[in-house]
Amino acid sequence: METTARGAATVRGDRAATGRFRRRRGASLESRVIWWVFFLCAMLSVLTTVAIVFSLLSQALSFFREVGVWEFISGTRWTPILKPRSYGVLPLVNGTLLVAFLAAIVALPVGLATAIFLAEYAPDKVRRIIKPALEVLAGVPTVVYGYFALTFVTPQLQRVFPDMIVFNALSAGIVMGIMIIPMVSSLSEDAMISVPRSLRQAAYALGATKLETSVKVVVPAALSGIVASFILAISRAIGETMLVTIAAGATPRMTANPLDSIQTMTAYIVQLALGEAAHGSLEYNTIFAVGLLLFVMTLCMNLLGYWVVRRWRQAY
Amino acid sequence: MAKSKVNFDPRLARRKMIGGVFYFVFLCAVMVGILSLLVLLTRILMEGLPWLSLGFLTNYPSRHPEIAGIRSAMMGTIWVMALTALFTVPVGVGAAIYLEEYAPKNRLTQLIEINISNLAGVPSIVYGLLGWALFVQIMSMGRVVLAGALTLSLLVLPIVILASREAIRAVPNEYRLGAFALGADQWQVIKGAVLPSAIPGILTGTILALSRAIGEAAPVIAISALVYLTFVPADPFDQFTVMPIQIFNWVGRPQDDFQSLAAAGIIVLLAILLTMNALAVILRNRYQTRSED
Repeated sequence: METTARGAATVRGDRAATGRFRRRRGASLESRVIWWVFFLCAMLSVLTTVAIVFSLLSQALSFFREVGVWEFISGTRWTPILKPRSYGVLPLVNGTLLVAFLAAIVALPVGLATAIFLAEYAPDKVRRIIKPALEVLAGVPTVVYGYFALTFVTPQLQRVFPDMIVFNALSAGIVMGIMIIPMVSSLSEDAMISVPRSLRQAAYALGATKLETSVKVVVPAALSGIVASFILAISRAIGETMLVTIAAGATPRMTANPLDSIQTMTAYIVQLALGEAAHGSLEYNTIFAVGLLLFVMTLCMNLLGYWVVRRWRQAY
Repeated sequence: MAKSKVNFDPRLARRKMIGGVFYFVFLCAVMVGILSLLVLLTRILMEGLPWLSLGFLTNYPSRHPEIAGIRSAMMGTIWVMALTALFTVPVGVGAAIYLEEYAPKNRLTQLIEINISNLAGVPSIVYGLLGWALFVQIMSMGRVVLAGALTLSLLVLPIVILASREAIRAVPNEYRLGAFALGADQWQVIKGAVLPSAIPGILTGTILALSRAIGEAAPVIAISALVYLTFVPADPFDQFTVMPIQIFNWVGRPQDDFQSLAAAGIIVLLAILLTMNALAVILRNRYQTRSED
């Protein structure tokens, strides 16, 4: 097993020497077996991706055999359970993007400002209190946020908008925004902290105030990390399920009005998963088509996020 | 043209004042997150505490809110979590060992690494669809504990791998060199020198990963459906439900009493989560002090 003999990547620096040493001794059966076990563990993650793509694609394909791809992508009416049946996914996409947009309005400015405060202003003592609190906020299960949106935020909003119905995009969007603040703030803060001190010192030496240094020097220098944090947070909002299932309603419709009841792609999947759709039926297969679209959307955003970090990173 | 002049504003007092205003703005932004957390916790405690009793923990769910409890969901959560830990820890640590100690720098390793970071970003409901198609339908396990645990295992595996890699990477290279110098082979080095000092870090990461899984409802709901269970799973092939799903079930009912029950359930769930996180922090602190001396 040639690979086993070359496996000693551990001893960085001395790698070539160890490789020679190991090759002379030859690899025992035991070490070959052990290598394979660890290798298969690592390959399991690749297998998971293959299984996700395969399970989504195979069922989605049998859906697309009956409903055209174009009808699915461009249709503006989603009534897969009620007659007359119609399979245009845009209302679900509309609902998903509306909630994600509202969440972004809340989370991006607040998260970025929090990151600036933590990275540039806060003394160590304050940071040590705020950071764990934000970690708790990030660790709260999403069902809990759903409960909060439905039983607290919605009644408060109804005082402002008396006509608003119980299930609405606004409440879910605001709470979703609160939920992803820690994601934006911690990733942006990491990016800002890695900006070298010399840049700040240069700005101060030129007579800049603390605010000017933070906003005109540090933020632009950390921009790739900040933009990536925005993209990843929005991707998270798109994939979030329980919060929107509980608080945003189950009415797929094309609307830009946040006071409306809507349905997101994820909430539709839960709705159908809860009902007993017969295995192999067209309704059953719709959730895999929607799931595939969701998977592709979040995958593209995540790849974009990593690309932004790699492509635009300033090397210090 | 005239821009270079505009770029510098000599009115220092005014600039400092703007700075002061923005300091306040940033502080307010921080408070948005902190205050939301406080309001959320206060709200849940006020609603849920009156409903919290020993009976709530030991009773099965019921149509009558005053005698309804969370027993089946709590036991279901314990079952699923135990199995998830059993599946993910060996596989996650194994994958981390391969990537840190064995993997050559080539295309395949790069593929595995990119793949793991992408998996961490896949929405949890997609794992639910995978589990439903793969375990419930293709392997025809049915809607059982084992299928739920396998699904959650796949969900948290990337997190366990990333945490274990970090723990293994933090082991000083001298340990490995020393063990090699004594004539140990690769596996003996890992077993005798690397793993013992990486285990606290691996444990911390695993506990944090499991605390993420314990709050997940979306992937499990695709597996277990919204069942109304008045028994505790006896083996991995029983039907089950978990705490977040029971809470979701209660939140969805129109009566106020059930909403309060949901709050009580949330208190129990958050208490378990906080205990796990505290455990992870304690482990991390002990480990840090030990590696310093």
